[in-house]
Amino acid sequence: MKKNVSLLASAVISLGLVASANAATLKMAYDADPVSLDPHEQLSGGTLQLSHMTFDPLVRWDKKLGFEPRLAEKWERVDPLTMRFHLRKGVKFHSGNDFTAKDVVFTFDRLRNSPDFKGIFAPFSELKVVDDYTIDLKTEKPFPLVLNNVTYLFPMDSKFYSGNDANGEPKDKLVKHGNSFASRQLSGTGPFTVSYREQGVRVEFSRYGNYWDEKSPGNVDKIVLTPIKEAPTRVAALLAGDVDFIAPVPPTDHKRIAQKDGIDLITMGGTRIITFQMNQERVEAFKDARVRQAIAYAINQQGIVKKIMKGFATPAAQMSPWGYLGHNEALKPRYDLKKAKQLMKEAGYENGFSITMMAPNNRYVNDEKIAQAVASMLAKIGIKVDLKTLPKAQYWGEFDARAADMMMIGWHADTEDSNNFFEFLTACPDTETGLGQYNSGNYCNPEADKLMHQANSETSPKKRAAMMQQIETMLYNDAAFIPLHWQNLAWAAKSNVKAEPVLNVMDFPYLGDLVVED
Amino acid sequence: MIAFFIKRLAQAVLVMFVISLISFSIQDNLGDPLQEMVGQSVSEAERQALRDELGLNDPFLVQYGRFVKNALQGDLGTSYFFKEPALEVILNKLPATLELVFGASLIIIGLSVPLGVYSAINPHSWFSKVVMGISIVGISVPVFLTAIGLIYFFSIEMGLMPSYGRGDTVEVLGLETSLLTADGWSHLVLPAVSLASIMLPLFIRLIRAEMMEVLQSEYVKFAWAKGLMTRRIYFLHALKNTMLPVITVGGVQIGTMVAYTILTETVFQWPGMGFLFLEAVNRVDTPLIVAYLIVVGAIFVITNTIVDLIYGLVNPTVKLAGKK
Repeated sequence: MKKNVSLLASAVISLGLVASANAATLKMAYDADPVSLDPHEQLSGGTLQLSHMTFDPLVRWDKKLGFEPRLAEKWERVDPLTMRFHLRKGVKFHSGNDFTAKDVVFTFDRLRNSPDFKGIFAPFSELKVVDDYTIDLKTEKPFPLVLNNVTYLFPMDSKFYSGNDANGEPKDKLVKHGNSFASRQLSGTGPFTVSYREQGVRVEFSRYGNYWDEKSPGNVDKIVLTPIKEAPTRVAALLAGDVDFIAPVPPTDHKRIAQKDGIDLITMGGTRIITFQMNQERVEAFKDARVRQAIAYAINQQGIVKKIMKGFATPAAQMSPWGYLGHNEALKPRYDLKKAKQLMKEAGYENGFSITMMAPNNRYVNDEKIAQAVASMLAKIGIKVDLKTLPKAQYWGEFDARAADMMMIGWHADTEDSNNFFEFLTACPDTETGLGQYNSGNYCNPEADKLMHQANSETSPKKRAAMMQQIETMLYNDAAFIPLHWQNLAWAAKSNVKAEPVLNVMDFPYLGDLVVED
Repeated sequence: MIAFFIKRLAQAVLVMFVISLISFSIQDNLGDPLQEMVGQSVSEAERQALRDELGLNDPFLVQYGRFVKNALQGDLGTSYFFKEPALEVILNKLPATLELVFGASLIIIGLSVPLGVYSAINPHSWFSKVVMGISIVGISVPVFLTAIGLIYFFSIEMGLMPSYGRGDTVEVLGLETSLLTADGWSHLVLPAVSLASIMLPLFIRLIRAEMMEVLQSEYVKFAWAKGLMTRRIYFLHALKNTMLPVITVGGVQIGTMVAYTILTETVFQWPGMGFLFLEAVNRVDTPLIVAYLIVVGAIFVITNTIVDLIYGLVNPTVKLAGKK
């Protein structure tokens, strides 16, 4: 009894402490708000940002692309096919239900039925419950990315999502278009609950009083998220003091924001690569590696980054950004006009040729201007470009139809791993396996593919790194595609909002740990 | 009168039918709704399955037939993004847009009549010249720029007005309105001014030109000769006749104003239906796009009907069809 009383007393005291730790309200503006409260409906940045606020993953990425334990306290490899996770005890969902292995199984099964997430969980063959707080995740062959992929496993409250809703539909039903219980209600273990939501206008989050992570320094007890689509308005709202934190920040406003007192600009090298692909099926000349190399030599990545991106990007000569296992320090942008012309001559295209090019005009930062710059750079080696730019809504249809000779595509690896780039962008296209789904160039290098498959079942990070770096080198030498740059990320906040520690290159701010000073 | 309304109703139905047919037939060119619904790495087979589920693979006539059948029962489809009936989504946003149009109309009516009349009566005064000069500028600067300029000056530099969004709302008769709170008004000022900026110069110039013409007419000269009071001549005899063309243009312009709300609402993040429409286009939310076009068509028909009625009141010589 006495123990209970003291427990109660300490609870009261700690509650008092939380309240006196100057609980703050954060008003933030993003370019969009979450499409749905169902964390499995769409694999997008918005969904993952929401997941990190209202749920917790088993493990999450830290700033250096390492892993940090969350709902899994620790893990170990039992055998080459099995990874054992020890789950955190005493964690409660927003509904008050206890978090156990059952919830992990429930979520795992639901993920495997989600069109968007099933790809990430396909390598796993089984999730076995050892006891209430221990699970074994099994794969059919040795799989190196177990931890990468469980960053996508945000356990959902299995009791809360069981049974039928008012319309007689199962509460856990996953509906991609249309009303469902899970798209309107949520119960996770995360630091925030959704207290108000008017889609497209405002979402309000309140801190969850029983949040398990008591060590978290976060003191934000209310978040008001307003989507502000127009970049100038978003910036104006911050400068006028109407909001405390905004993202993304357009490159044109960086200088203004950085110079303003009381407002901090935070930038980071991003991981999204912007590339052009050269379609070998449409253009005979692109089959000749010398022509592709000539194009690679003709493109001035540094120039594009400096003039068009205002320095807000990192020039690239490969797909894997710094921090990825496959990143190969040796590969550098190779702008050399003389060499480019010489290669065109060697290939027998001294007089050049004409091609068509397509790029989106509202998908990537400055996408249209970048395409125009590339077109004019190609003109210098005699390649005449007929450029067409389209809104993203129409562009992807054209991309799927491979409607132009050169097409722009940007890619972010969901797994934060180099192999994801290879699988989608440069692997030999195969409709059966889905490999090369976004390889509009039809580039095919069986040797690179073989290495890629090997790397997929190699669990030693060192050996994998060597394999994937070798693939990058092969693609570089072959000029399989034209890499341009990695888009940087930018956020801006009032100086009392200590945003920097909770930001990361994946752009999932860990807002539960955010500290706002008086 | 009844015959007039029946005729109008028939016209409205026809207009909406044509709009629905046109908007339905262009939807294929708007892009693939699936792109906005699934992540980048979702396989083609999964996409096809979803398309089948949504009925997007059916032939045009089948899809349109299904749409008309549902539309006749008041169901214009379900928005992909909001996951609610498209009509409901739009009608929920309508009050915000009407507030904006109302605010802009107040500014336009409150300023254009006195300024237009003044500059017609005193065409050579320096004030008239300034008004005309500014109105030229106003008509040629795009709404977008005016809005950004206003935000920059009044929100960032002076810190007087909120930079975006709609203020606090209160519920009156089941409708959310921000017109009854101080916060609501402070949020409304800048968007209303920028929306008004495009129409105000037009009306000042229109009223001025009409008024000047009327002032030259025989009956005004006669009124002067009769020795009527100056105020009576200007504001009763002359102004009333000036208003006829102004009402006609005004009716048409209300529709145009609804169209301009798309820009204004986007810049100010005003949660109305214009902003909603632009977002829907970006997201390829086709049911919402089609429903929006039909609703705007209805607004055009309704405002024109009201204008015709007012016309009859102002000018007794105008006879509505069917009115004996």
